[in-house]
Amino acid sequence: MTASTASAPAAKQRPGDRIFSGITLAAGSLILVVLAAVAVFLVAESLPALDAGPDDTKGADNFWTYVGPLVFGTLWAAALALVMALPVAIGIALFISHYAPRRVAQLLGYIIDLLAAVPSVVFGLWGIKVLAPSVQPFYTWLSENLGWFPLFAAPVSGTGRTILTVAVVLAVMILPIITALCREVFLQTPRLHEEAALALGATRWEMIRTAVLPFGRPGIISAAMLGLGRALGETMAVAMVLSPSVVISFVLLQSTNPTTIPANIALNFPEASGKFLSVLIATGLILFVISFAVNAVARIVINRRKAFSGAN
Amino acid sequence: MTAVAQQGSGITAGRLPRFSAAVLLIFSWLVMAGLFLILLAAGTMDEFSVVGTIFFGSVLYAVLIFAISSLVEGSRKAKDRLATALVTAAFTLALLPLISLVWTTVSSGIGRFDPQFFSFSMRNIVGEGGGALHAIVGTLIVTGLATLMSVPIGLFTALYLTEYGRGHLARAITFLIDVMTGIPSIVAGLFAYALFSLLFNDPGIRFGFGGAVALSVLMIPVVVRSSEEMLKLVPNELREASYALGVPKWLTIVKVVLPTSIAGIITGVMLSISRVIGETAPLLLIAGFATSMNYDPFRERMMTLPVFVYTQYSNPGTDVGAYLDRAWAGALTLIVIVMALNLVARLIAKFFAPKIAR
Repeated sequence: MTASTASAPAAKQRPGDRIFSGITLAAGSLILVVLAAVAVFLVAESLPALDAGPDDTKGADNFWTYVGPLVFGTLWAAALALVMALPVAIGIALFISHYAPRRVAQLLGYIIDLLAAVPSVVFGLWGIKVLAPSVQPFYTWLSENLGWFPLFAAPVSGTGRTILTVAVVLAVMILPIITALCREVFLQTPRLHEEAALALGATRWEMIRTAVLPFGRPGIISAAMLGLGRALGETMAVAMVLSPSVVISFVLLQSTNPTTIPANIALNFPEASGKFLSVLIATGLILFVISFAVNAVARIVINRRKAFSGAN
Repeated sequence: MTAVAQQGSGITAGRLPRFSAAVLLIFSWLVMAGLFLILLAAGTMDEFSVVGTIFFGSVLYAVLIFAISSLVEGSRKAKDRLATALVTAAFTLALLPLISLVWTTVSSGIGRFDPQFFSFSMRNIVGEGGGALHAIVGTLIVTGLATLMSVPIGLFTALYLTEYGRGHLARAITFLIDVMTGIPSIVAGLFAYALFSLLFNDPGIRFGFGGAVALSVLMIPVVVRSSEEMLKLVPNELREASYALGVPKWLTIVKVVLPTSIAGIITGVMLSISRVIGETAPLLLIAGFATSMNYDPFRERMMTLPVFVYTQYSNPGTDVGAYLDRAWAGALTLIVIVMALNLVARLIAKFFAPKIAR
């Protein structure tokens, strides 16, 4: 077939071509279908939850009062994790891109990526066995000496399994993704900008502050938002480490902590039935909407940045 | 030390000697070790803490280098040295959890990492003994099915985006795939549950294939992203050379583009497997948990390794220690699998990568 049609001057559509491009188009469209199906089926299953009463929501008046504290807990834990992870991630990215020797830089990147590969259930076990006991004395100290600060109010949890510990675990888990993206952005800094700064007598830190960081700022912002999206959806580590209760509370060190949507689903789903099941799925839908929005904004920022990165 | 620096002449005047940072760092650690030893002798502390010594020693180093450098070299250079110290500290800080986690998993998991663990299920086991064979088999079946579904869809989508796609549809797909990478894993599990419970009208539905569907929702975007990057690396000259010989486009893709990028694509697939093989939440929802072997992904609950770890931890019987030991052994198995996948993937990428630059 190939030999006989090769002489045709105009590009002729061969059956093989048509079939092949049809398959690829179908595969591409399937992605859209899947995403739409996720939304449709979640909505369909969660509709009954809207008129759920106290019997179906473990005592909350209606669905919205049930989901409120969960949304708060999800956002609060993710925000804490982001606050801790972002500076460290920027530091690591700078270390790999501008401080470490060229030859080992890639290897160091792999090592950080290994953190991303550790399953979240293992992070959960580690959080309970190692992290929580080892930070508990520190929490006691914090509460005794800085207890006037509302976030550190007494009484301190005896197990160390508080929202702050969860946030530390989440921070470790989102470090790799923020680091990887920041590293990419920092490496894209135009060589000439860096050399110009150095040629004007800047020290390495001044070069980073004047050339690398301003160039990478949109990238850092979107990396942070992607990290936030990861932290929002993280399930097992939260479900295992946190001793949960349904409250709205900013306090970091006490034993009553707001729990997060995914952890709440994971803990209750296996035994749930009837309308409570729909309530849980509806909370999942809300989580989907929140993380979709966060990710979409992050991607829009990245893509807009892509458009003019070459011209810089 | 300042005296040494000021003796220098010419171009090195007013600068610290090159080795000063290293000397100062070791000096700070020694000072802190000494301080801790004194506290230990005085009975204020119970035991000597290596981590504490290094941590406070490094803090001391940061303060010292900033002070000395601003005296000798001026404030700009001092800030530079402080930034170097902080950035390096950030990197070391990230290594701590990794080392601690690997160490804890190995030391706690090695106890039950024995032949029995890999040859027994948990059927009729209470307390000690038993193993995770049913979970390992389940993980292999579920992940294998997910891979079988995700790789063709992901690869063809990547081909569409690189070779065919133009305009709005391609841009929409690219954007949605980026967003899809951020779908929380538990939402994927809820989706699979909602889909199959509506389809079969069974609110208590649990089966392995559902878990595979949930995993492939998470896996497809990763496969698309990595394959797309690899396909973009194939030089256009190769495609044009093939067209010039009269080869149709689809054959060019099959015979030229794919073989050139196959190593990278395999790497991407393996990395995506290593990402989903540790997923717990979606499998907890839709595959459920069981104690017996189940080879049939279309019927009954199916145990998987991450869920095994979770249930061993969360539902310990009377003999808590035995359950925790099994949980850690399961965690160790997971880590070994994930690390092996990562390592092999990187090696494939390294040794079979096409030589583009000449």
